[in-house]
Parts: sequence; C-alpha cells; structure tokens
Amino acid sequence: MASNKTYWKNIDQLDSANKTVQKLEENEFVSKLPENFLSDEKTLEESSTSRRDFLKYVGFSTAAATLAACEGPVVKSVPYVNQPEQIRPGVANYYATTIADGFDFGSILIKTREGRPIKVESNSEAPSLGCANARIHASILSLYDTLRIQGPQANGKDITWEDLYLQAGAMLKALAVSDKKVVLMTPTLASPATEKIINDFIAVFPNVNHVIYDTISSDDALNAYEKYYGVRGLADYDFSKAKTLVSIDADILGDWQGGGYESGYAKSRLPKRKTSKKAEMSWHIQFESNMSLSGANADLRIPCSPAEQKNILAYIYDTLIGSKSSINLNTQIKVAADKAISRLSKSGKNGVLVSGIEDETAQGLVLAINTLLKSQAFEPKRPKYIRKGNSALVKKAINDIETGVVKGLISVGVNPVFTSAIGESLKESIKGLEFSMAFTSKMNETAAVSKFVASTPHYLESWGDYEMKEGHFALAQPTIRPLFDTQQFQDVLLRLSGKNVKYYDAIKDYWNENVLENNSWNKVLHDGYYSSSKQGQIKHTPDFSSLNLSSLRIAQASNMSLVLYAKTGMGDGQQANNPWLQEFPDPITRVSWDNYLTISYIDAKNNGLNNSNTANGALNGSYANLTVGDKTLKVPVLIQPGQAKGTVGLAFGYGERMGLKKEMQTGINAYEFYNDFKRIQDVKISLAEGEHEFACVQLHNTLMGRGDIIKETTLEIFNSKDKKHWNPIPQVSKNHMEFDVTSPEVDMWQEFDRSIGHHFNLSIDLNSCTGCGACVIACHAENNVPVVGKREVRKSRDMHWLRIDRYYSSASSFEGDIQTKDSISGIGDSLSTFGKMEKASENPQVAFQPVMCQHCNHAPCETVCPVAATSHGRQGQNHMAYNRCVGTRYCANNCPYKVRRFNWFLYNKNDEFDYHMNNDLGRMVLNPDVVVRSRGVMEKCSFCIQMTQKTILDAKLEGREVKDSDWNCACSNACDTGAMVFGDVNDKESEVSKLVEDERMYHLLEGVGTKPNVMYQVKVRNTDEKTT
Amino acid sequence: MSSATFAQDDEAVQAGKKLFNTNCAACHKLNKRAVGPALKGISTKYDKEWLYSWIKNSTAMIKSGDAQAVAIYEEYNGSVMTSFPQFSNVDIDNIIAYTDYTPPALAVPISGNLNLQQAEQGVSNSLILGALTLVLVILVVMLFLVQRTLLQIAKLSGVDISREPRPKRKPIWMAFVQNQFLVFTSVVLLLLSSAYFVYGYFMQIGVDQGYMPVQPIHYSHKIHAGANQIECKYCHSSARVSKHSGIPALNVCMNCHQNIAEYNGEEDLENGYTKEFYTKEIKKLYKAVGWDETNQKYTGESQPVKWIRIHNLPDFVYFNHAQHVEVGEIACQKCHGPVEEMEIMYQYSPLTMGWCINCHRETNVKVENNEYYSKIHEALSKKYGVEKLTVAQMGGLECGKCHY
Repeated sequence: MASNKTYWKNIDQLDSANKTVQKLEENEFVSKLPENFLSDEKTLEESSTSRRDFLKYVGFSTAAATLAACEGPVVKSVPYVNQPEQIRPGVANYYATTIADGFDFGSILIKTREGRPIKVESNSEAPSLGCANARIHASILSLYDTLRIQGPQANGKDITWEDLYLQAGAMLKALAVSDKKVVLMTPTLASPATEKIINDFIAVFPNVNHVIYDTISSDDALNAYEKYYGVRGLADYDFSKAKTLVSIDADILGDWQGGGYESGYAKSRLPKRKTSKKAEMSWHIQFESNMSLSGANADLRIPCSPAEQKNILAYIYDTLIGSKSSINLNTQIKVAADKAISRLSKSGKNGVLVSGIEDETAQGLVLAINTLLKSQAFEPKRPKYIRKGNSALVKKAINDIETGVVKGLISVGVNPVFTSAIGESLKESIKGLEFSMAFTSKMNETAAVSKFVASTPHYLESWGDYEMKEGHFALAQPTIRPLFDTQQFQDVLLRLSGKNVKYYDAIKDYWNENVLENNSWNKVLHDGYYSSSKQGQIKHTPDFSSLNLSSLRIAQASNMSLVLYAKTGMGDGQQANNPWLQEFPDPITRVSWDNYLTISYIDAKNNGLNNSNTANGALNGSYANLTVGDKTLKVPVLIQPGQAKGTVGLAFGYGERMGLKKEMQTGINAYEFYNDFKRIQDVKISLAEGEHEFACVQLHNTLMGRGDIIKETTLEIFNSKDKKHWNPIPQVSKNHMEFDVTSPEVDMWQEFDRSIGHHFNLSIDLNSCTGCGACVIACHAENNVPVVGKREVRKSRDMHWLRIDRYYSSASSFEGDIQTKDSISGIGDSLSTFGKMEKASENPQVAFQPVMCQHCNHAPCETVCPVAATSHGRQGQNHMAYNRCVGTRYCANNCPYKVRRFNWFLYNKNDEFDYHMNNDLGRMVLNPDVVVRSRGVMEKCSFCIQMTQKTILDAKLEGREVKDSDWNCACSNACDTGAMVFGDVNDKESEVSKLVEDERMYHLLEGVGTKPNVMYQVKVRNTDEKTT
Repeated sequence: MSSATFAQDDEAVQAGKKLFNTNCAACHKLNKRAVGPALKGISTKYDKEWLYSWIKNSTAMIKSGDAQAVAIYEEYNGSVMTSFPQFSNVDIDNIIAYTDYTPPALAVPISGNLNLQQAEQGVSNSLILGALTLVLVILVVMLFLVQRTLLQIAKLSGVDISREPRPKRKPIWMAFVQNQFLVFTSVVLLLLSSAYFVYGYFMQIGVDQGYMPVQPIHYSHKIHAGANQIECKYCHSSARVSKHSGIPALNVCMNCHQNIAEYNGEEDLENGYTKEFYTKEIKKLYKAVGWDETNQKYTGESQPVKWIRIHNLPDFVYFNHAQHVEVGEIACQKCHGPVEEMEIMYQYSPLTMGWCINCHRETNVKVENNEYYSKIHEALSKKYGVEKLTVAQMGGLECGKCHY
C-alpha cells in the first residue's frame, strides 16, 4: 500500500502542532531572498557607507571591470621536453592500485589526467574488497592536502633524509647495544613483503617489538577466530548466499570487521520472481542500539541495549541447540528473537548470524552458530587479514612506555596520543622517551611529541603489496610522483637495517618467490590483484564444546550505555582534513560537519534535552555533559529516532585539532571515552548550557505533503496482489473520465519523437540502495562540485548534485496511518494519537532515496528560464549552459524535485571558502572536462554528459556501436550494490530498457507529469503484517 | 632582384644534391660531423674507386680489413654505414660533385647592389621633390606680385575696390538648431551609427582573430608544413585521440632536428629571415632540449619552452579535436587557415560561437565506413527526408554538447 504510509524526515514533523514545520511545508522555498546578504543587520546599521557611496563603488567597479575585460590575458603553453609515451594530453589513463590505510582496504582504479590522479573508481574485477566506499572515493582529495607534512623533521626542525638516517640510525644502534626496548607500532598492514621487512629489521635490532594497533579495535572477533581456527584473522561472509540474516549489533553495511559487504548483501535483497511467480528475497533482522545503516536497511529492527544483545545471542544459541533457555527477555525482544530462530532453523544452510558484540565468548558463539547451521554465507576457511590489532599487546606496550620499561617508540601511521583514552599522559611519556620517531603524512599529536618525524607519502604515491584475504593478493603502485620530500616507511626500515634495496624490489622479489606462481609481474601489476590457486591453510574443524555462555546469560543492562561508532563519512578520522567528507551528510542523521550524541526521544525528554528547528529549517540542539569515569565532555545532542532506550551513541573521528584547517576542526573527540578499547561504556548524562547549531539537511526541502515520493510494499503484498495495488499510476480526470497520468490523452505538452539515437535513463532500485553515499562523493569528484562549509549548509545552500534522502515511517502504521491522523477529533483524541505516533518514532522504518536532477522530458525548469540557459537535449539530458545563466533562480523555484543548486558565492579562489578549491594543490583534483562554475549561476546534475559524450566519441573513433556496458555516470559507476543502472533505453537489449518495463518501476511525483528520465524501483520489504 | 641566384646549370651538382638529400642527409652533413663524417671535399681525402666500393658495401670492406675502412669504422664507434648497392658509379660521381661544389659567393655583391640601387633611388626622389617645391614657391611669389601690381593700378586709376557690406544672415549652426526635423534625424542617425560602432567594438572583445604573438622560438609552419610537407598530425599527434591537438613535445622536434642542425632552404631577406637566422632558432631548440651538438648527445639540462598560446577557447566551451579531425575528417586548414603558408602562426578564424554554429549548420556528417552512424543516420534521414544530414540535424546545436 504505497500511498497510505506516512513518511517523515524529522521528529518535529510528527507533532502537527509544530508551527515551524507547518510553515516550512507551506513555504515552497526554504529561505526568502536574503535581505541582509552583505552582513548582519547590526553591522549594516553601524556602517558608514551610504547608499550614494555604494552606487559610486558599483559604478567604479563596473567601469574598471569593463576596461579590464577588453584585453585578453597572454596564456602560455609549456609542452613536455620529453613526453612520456603513455601520456597524451586530454586522454585519461587508469591504473589499478590498492588503498590500505589500516582502516579502509580496497582494490581500486585511479583515473589520472596529464599525470595527476583525479578520481577513484572501484576495481570490480578484484575477487574481494573491490568496492570503494565514500571515504575511499574521497581519499584522492587527501593527496592534495596542503597540510601534509612536506619533509622529514628532527626536534621540530627540517632536516634532510641523510641526516635522519644518520641520527636515527645511531640512536637505534645505541639502544640495541644496551638492549633497551623499542616498540614499533603500526596499524594492520596486511602486507606480506612489509612483514618480511619488519622481521628483517627486528633481526638487526632485536630490541624492537612490533605491535599492531587498530585505532578502532576488532580484538574480540580476532581473538575468537584465533582461538578456534589457529590464525589471527576474521571469518569472511558472503551475504548474497543468505536467505535469513540475523545481525546482533553488526553494522555489516558500515565498518564492521573492515566492511566491504554491501554488494553481496544487496544481491540477496532483490525480490526476484521465480518460475512459480513468487518473488523471494532475504530476510534481515537487526538487533542494535544505535541506528546504523544496517539497521536502516533491515526488514525488522529491534533496538536494544548492549547487555540485552548478549542475552539475545545466548538465547538464540540455547534455543537452536534445543535446550530450554533460562534467559528472561522482554516480550517484544523475545518475539523477535523467536522469529529469528524459527527463520534461521527453517533456512538451515541459507541462514547466517553475525554479531559485533565486543566479547570473545560472544564472537566464539557466532562462529559456533554458523558452523552449527552449516551456513553457506559463512566462509571461515579463508580468513580476512584486514584487522589484526591486538588490544592486550597494545595496552602492554602503552603501559611499558608509561612505566619506562620501553625506551623508544616508532609509530607508523598511527596516532595513539589522539586515538586512545589516555592520550594526555601518553603524550608526556613519549616526550620522555630516549628515542621516538613518527612516520606520518600529516602533523599529528603523536608526531608533535616525537623526536623524529619521517614524512611518508600518500598511498597514491606509494608502492605496496597486500593480502587482504587469504589467497587474495593485491598490489599498489604510485600514480603520481611524490609531491613532497617523502619516503615510505618500508624504504626507511630497509635502509636502517643496512639493506641496499628499495621496497619496490623487495615486493617484486617476495612476490616472484612466494606469490606469483610463475605468473607475470607486469600482468598482476596491471590488474592490481592476484588470486592464488593455493588452498586455504585452515583445515581443522574447530571444537566449540568449551564455550561458556554464563557471562552472556547474566549480562545486566547499565543505567545508560555509551555506544561509540564510526560514521560513514569520517570512519576513524584519518581523513578529517578532507572537506568532501566533512560536508558529506551522514546517511542516517543527515548532519554534516559534526559529531554529536545520538539519544532516544524518551531519554532526551527525561534529561531535559531537546532539538528544535529555526524558522529556515536549520536544526539546533542542547548540549549535554557526558561523563565516563572521571572524564566529562560537553557534547551536542541529536535526538535519533530508533535509538535504543538507555543508550546513547557518539561517533569517532572528530575533534582533532592538529594538522587540520580551522574549518575542519569540528566535533569532539570520542576516543577520550574509548577506555580499554571498548566501544561500550557506562555513562552519565546531564543537561549542559548552551545551544548547538547543526548543519543538518534533514528539514530542508520537506515533502510538502506529497506522500508518494517513496513507494514501498511488503513481499507478501508484492506476491499476492496485482501491480495496481502496490504500484498504482496516479489518475487524473478529463471530461469526467479517469486517465492514467502517463497517458497522452491528458498530456498538455507537445511530445517529441525520442526513438532515434540515444535516450539515457537512470534506474534506482530502492531495494538495493543501502544509502552508503559512495555516489555522493563520486559525483563531487567527477563534477567539481564545490564545498560550501558548515555555515552555508545550515542555510540549505549545500551544493550536492546528488542527495540521498532518508525517510522515516512508523512500522505500525502500514495500513491506516493516514486514517488515524484524519480521524483525530478534539484535543483528548489528538493527545492520545500523538502519544501513539511518538511511540512509532521509537523504532521507525527507514528508506533511502537518492535524488538528483530527474532530467524530465517535460521539464518545468526549462520553460521558465528567461535566457534559455537550460534546455533539453535529444539524448534525454537536461542541459545547463552555465555561461548563459544569469541567475534568476526561476528554474530552481519551478523544479518539483528541488535538485537545482545555486552558486551563492564564488567558491573557488575565495578566502571565505578556504577549502581545496582555494589553493593550487587542491585544485589539482579538478576534472578538466567539467567547468568550475562561478558565482551567480545555477548548476545541477548533468547525467555526467562529459562521460556519455566520451563514450559516444570512443565508439565513433573505433567505428562501432556503443555497447550497453559502456554507458556510465559517476554515480552508477560508484554504486557497488547495483542499485543504480544507467543506459540507453533506445537500445532494446540494454539492462535499463528492461528496467523501464519492470513492474516495480515508478517515476518520482508521476502525477506532476514531468516524464522524468530517472526512474525508481518500488521498495519491497520482507515483513509480514501480522508481527509488526 | 631575385635572391634565388643558386640556380646552376651544372646538372651533375643538381642530381647529386637530390641524391644526397634523399639518401645521405640523415647521417651526413656537408660541413659538419653528424652521425657520420662531414662530406665536404670528401673526394680529396679518399680515392674515387675506394669510395665506390665503400658506398656500395661498406661492411664487406671492413671485413676485408681495408685499413682506411677499419679506421673510419673505429672512429665512429663501430656504427656501420648503410650500404647503397643500388647506386651506379655515375650516381656516386654526382654526389661527389655536389659535395665538392662550392656555390659562388654571391651574397655580398647582391646586397651591395641593392644598397646602391636604393641609394640612387633615394637621391632622384628627393631631387624631383625639391624641384617641385621650388616651382611651387616661385608660383606663389609670382601670384603675390601680380596682385600687388593690379592693386596699385586700380589705386592709380581711381577705382574703388572696397566691397559693399553683405546683409547679416543667420549663422548656419543656428539654422540647424532651429530646424527640429533636421536635429531629430541627425541625432537618430548619430545614435544609430554610434550604436553600430559600439556594438562592433563590443563584439570583438575577446575575439582574437589575427592574434599573432611573438613566440620564444621562431617556428615557421611555412617551412615545416609548406616547404617540407610534414603532415600536421605528425607533430600534433594527440589530435587523433584527444580533445587537445597538443603542442608537440621537444623530443618530437628532435626526431628530425637531431640531423638538421642548420637551415639550408629559401630565405626571405626582406623580413630578415636569413639562413643564419633560422639556424640560430634551431640552436635555441638545442638549448631548450639540452642537445650537445658537438658530442651528439643529450646533456640532461633542459629548459621547457614557454610557447604563447594562440587559440584560446574559454573554459566553458568543450571542443574535441579527435571528433573533428578523425571522425569528421575535417582538414585542419578549415579552421586554422593556410597554416602551410604562415611564416608566423596566427589565429585565422574568429572562434566565436556563431562561427561554430554556422559550420555545424552547413556541414554534412561524414558517416561512410563508420558503423556508429549507420543506424541513427538512416532513421534520421528518413525523419527529415534528406539524403545527407547536417551536424545540426544530428543534434550538434544543443547547448549541452559543448557547454558542460
């Protein structure tokens, strides 16, 4: 029942008495023309500039500009002296490489133009981790970070590498002679050749101890796997094989155990009709505290506290093995858990259970349950190596540093002073060490107190070899010469161990000897990956008889638990100085430029915390004092529908001050609370003074009462009822006859013949879209979309060409929500109804919908442009000629989808917007095929016309027709779940032309009659009405 | 007077020159050591018979252990000279005749003559002018004298020559001002004509047709593309695949200029483009690319050349050379003009949007032998009822095709 569901974007919308929301819904435009756009009113009044002066300035500057414009500048062209064979100006080259920064791992392709990397793309051929998430897409901009450290330093002064080798080498030798302990602290490297280099280094300096430190730990899962399978690694999962997926606090679409699961997951989520006409899709239940991406995509989501999660896991295990469980679960949870159990046992080997509970027993239990189920999705035989940190060893190392047992520290790409809860005392201890050396690409808290700072290159300037999963090897190659005076830490270690080879040679030797199995090095380097034919080394079957569940059974909920998590945009915070990621709105909260305490509505009310919207839709929130142990921080509060009662969430990765531009120094440091490397902490909260201003895009562009934007149905209805029932075409009346709105009878526009040539369409499947946001960043990179900063985002002036709208709807109101609302009569009734709706907001269903320019065939924007700056192309694209636009904004006002973006300011070469477009280095990331827009013009999604034109030209040059797989947009390219499909509908063989005919296809706001070239596929949820 | 006084009747020398240029010039120069030794006066160093057999098969001679052959083989680090068994002895004689030939030193007398002639002409011109001025002055003096005489005669004979005062008339500007119709029409005319000029002025802002900047190296397209018939896309090779035609990298220049160290073609003395001038420009190239002429190797010290860009499209226009040159098979000259005649490169076309659009309206799409077009062309021709489609009919006027 698509149209009967009520959607809301913000909790305030549930309160029909809220004047702000009412006004916003009535107002078509969020903000009026700014009366005070020059500055605030007070300054204007105080200003001595009169109206006459102003006119004088205008006159003078116009005359000056006219005069200056008469003379063209002299442009110089400097060709190569000796042009490299593979570089042709204007033609992009692609290189396969690998990102492995200790948090994100993935096989990727790098697009370079004239020798500079400008875009990341997924290497979908790679057997594992071939999909790039939003952070990996954005990592290209971190290459051009002006705050990267530009050369080696000693005691805060620049030195040469030779001096560094000399001085550091001598100190290391002295330490080795006197046998004083040195810690070498690295993140997870997953690099066989590097491990060999480190071992050789330790052979020369036996006093060195290698400790692997994951900033955000997966310690318990690693311990459990090591215990039962004998290797320190993580079990892998292939969720495309799962029919029942039970997740207990495992954010499988986020960064759980290194991530990279979304493409497999999405495959199982498509309702495919079998021969019996019955569609099947997987069923996903999620038990969790914070609202995560996985929870948002689940069919059934049960908010519960961390202690309850342990109980649930034990309960499921007990019931599955057939013993009567003594655990007391609350009714709602028990019903859900029973359902999960029955589904799991019914699915048998098609079921899988995963968990993110930080407990070794719990993680062992997960392995046991999956083994018991003989789950096909569970792949323990080839472990993943992308997390290897050992919290116990890290704790010991830090303790040794503090007690003075250890005299030296070599940190490589980690920043323990910032990312551990005891940073302040650790800082003092490191200062007191005899020897300290930090390998880092940006100045950070640890490097600042280290004696030597060795500048390391960005991963795009580096060589590397990786084994991310057993037998799945990957290579990294430089895609640009080092921009600064940097050395890879492997090269430095080799030099310090007295070896006269480079890391590149070491990789090549190691691979030829151990990996390549006589395959060609050049071929593998070209592909970027290599799958070994060797069988996995894990052969023995684990014995789970020793599991002791008692600790899980008796786990008791604390008063209030803090659940720390990693945001989709920021991850562990390595790329905090990346403006794309700062401006990336969180998929769930839709807040950019911040982290905050997520809290349930009830808990917020009980503590006097609230959120409110200002007149223009911007969000404000109270501050809370957050106390863990003896540490208290003041944190802004965001009320999160779906947050489990008794829990609060806080994201890692924010709050750093060092090595960041002023604008990027946002949020508060959640690592301060990361005691004992545990995500779950007991916490006290209380109201603090002040009001925080969020840059949240969630109340911008409300639904304006148009409920049909998201169409969704349940699998049962999808299977049992006619298409008309769950995907109706809106009707209009003409001469008292009902017509489909798509019928030519009721079309008041002149229709053109579009059957000749290409006609582009984009299909977005709401079932497989997980809301991960990779497309948003890919669009930024491809189309030179500017970053506008927190202040402007708050004024709803964000420039994202592609936004992913997030809608909440209450699960209980599938049938009659509108009737309920309509039937309210009198105050008493309304109070009880609102009470009900409040309850609904405790655990809403979530839907994601990527929205970009819909490229309407009957585009309302085109007809209102007074200068014909926006017009329609024959290939279905709505063109936007920036140089023709005079900035009336009529088009944006007439657009029903609110996808047009206005350049309120000049966002490049403007000190007011000091992001990457304001410096020469940052501008190197710009795509030379797309114009950088100027102030006062409208811009919007172009269906990546530069890419479609390129595809056409390539076909012309080769004298062939275009293949369906050649068509691409930046967003559809970045979409690893296959939710976005772009192509030519006039090609009857194409995938997209089949999707146009699909029964689930609908157009956004079909009733408006705009005939868009973007289509959506109805979301089907695998819920049955009875239980919800 | 013609500067081409090279012309010699000696056929042998002419034939030899031709042979030399096609077969020998890649490795030998007349006056300077290149890959092989300088060939000027080679007949004095070696016996003619020896030269015959050497040129026809040098390898055999080295193998046979001929002392001279081995010596030269070793002097040039063991690089073997290509054998030319196809040469007859007459051919070789001709080449030797050419290498022995010294053109008569004509340059000095020619320039002397020129100077003389110019001087003579200068003298005669000023003489005539002077005489004319003198005559004019005499005439004026005579006129004054006549008038004075006449006045005196009149005075003596008592004739009153004072004129009657004319009636006072309105000044012409007053009459103009009072005639409203005239004022109106002329103001309108004035406004229209000034608008015309202002419009014309504004429309040429940013249009740099004819822009001919002085380049850091005097590169003559006339010599390269004209006299030597080098294909445009030999140097501007990226035009085949890329949106940029590309300014060739200096290593492309060195493909030929490793051997061509001096200019020996025609001169344009009026503009000062002498052989020395061109040779100096080639030296500039060597300096930029870091080529050590005497040792025939690269020094590694290069200075990239900062050419001044002539064709500057605004950033908001997307133009693709490959589309036009490769797919459309449009001659470069269509937009760039007679480049092969340009001593100094300049912007031939206005590069305005109107100019682009016009061409898109008039030009038919070249569809032959390109499978990409076959289906769409057929369908569209049927739709428009035409045999051949213009670019505009294919959608070449749509904004988004060039602006994104």
